[in-house]
Amino acid sequence: MSNHLLRSHAPISDANWKLLDDEARERLAVALAARKLVDFSGPHGWEYSATNLGRIEPLAATPCEGVTAARRQVLPLAEVRAEFALSREELRDDDRGASDADLEALDRAAHQIAVAENRAVFHGWSQASITGISEASPHHGLELGEHPDGYRRPVASAIEQLLRSGISGPYALALGNEQYKRVVETAEQGGYPLLDHLRKIINGDIVWAPGLDGAVVVSQRGGDFLLEVGQDLSIGYLDHDRDVVRFYLEESFSFHVATPEAAVPIKP
Amino acid sequence: MGFDQYHEPPEELPADTRTFARLCASLTEEAEAIGWYEQRIAVERDPQAIAIMRDARGEEFKHFSMDLEFLLRRSPQWREIAEGILFQTGDIVEHGEEAEAEASGEDGDASFADDGSGSLGIGSLKGA
Repeated sequence: MSNHLLRSHAPISDANWKLLDDEARERLAVALAARKLVDFSGPHGWEYSATNLGRIEPLAATPCEGVTAARRQVLPLAEVRAEFALSREELRDDDRGASDADLEALDRAAHQIAVAENRAVFHGWSQASITGISEASPHHGLELGEHPDGYRRPVASAIEQLLRSGISGPYALALGNEQYKRVVETAEQGGYPLLDHLRKIINGDIVWAPGLDGAVVVSQRGGDFLLEVGQDLSIGYLDHDRDVVRFYLEESFSFHVATPEAAVPIKP
Repeated sequence: MGFDQYHEPPEELPADTRTFARLCASLTEEAEAIGWYEQRIAVERDPQAIAIMRDARGEEFKHFSMDLEFLLRRSPQWREIAEGILFQTGDIVEHGEEAEAEASGEDGDASFADDGSGSLGIGSLKGA
């Protein structure tokens, strides 16, 4: 199994490792919105390098006459890393039984790497050859608008567009950070929470998606979007000095849209 | 009846371990039901009754598969071993031995098993 994380070289206790892993897991599970909405394959390991697309690209030049040739098309996995440093004194206090170790740098790194994964899935990442759900979708033109009271209409329109395209449910709604905040804060006349109303419209889950601009309604029937993970999110050891230990959160992944029409993006 | 899927005092078990245990119990029940339908179908002579029981057995296949997938998503090491065995052609025992050998480390807690890779074991969160 992979040992490139060099965890055993870090000058911290087993209890410290448990503290860091638990904290990271807790933070990531909340913010990894894309994983709540798309199909997942893996983990396939650190050595895994590419997703099979099942397609070929014809090659005009061949080694000799009398043969044809083609090259397999694959989607390479991208590696994402977020570094952070923690005070050795704080970690020693954890060993003494302190229950309030300062792990803010870890929390920030966890949030950033979750945002990176979410953005790649929702908006794409051209340098990594990843096309996102929103940019792949043929459905465009919907906007949420400034006021959350107006969110119901574009969300209902998105569902209607999916149905018209023959995309079955269940459906889910992902909301960017700002949009989610506005929805949660809004109660309609009579005090009925907008969050509940939107949930009734889509007849499915609403997901907080940091890194997403606006919103996207996604079919949950499966088979439309695939997040393929090589090394799943892990904490590795980088280096240390007298005062701090430096770590990183890391994963490798690719993302592929099989059915572009199975999601409808809604601009902010 | 009730809570005998727990081997340890339920109040001492974390919530995710209780969920894991419930699905393990459900998996067992679905497998038992599949075995019962197999026997009933083997002895029944009424074609209509056989058709109904075949349909019911199909439901149990579905339930068993859903239970299994849920548990595999929660246990990376179990998933890794299962991937080496399920839907393969050839010698099942051989695949089992190879898959076990490749999956190093011991399962930790049920939800977030430490498979020795250093992974946080988050995996899919769809439906979580």
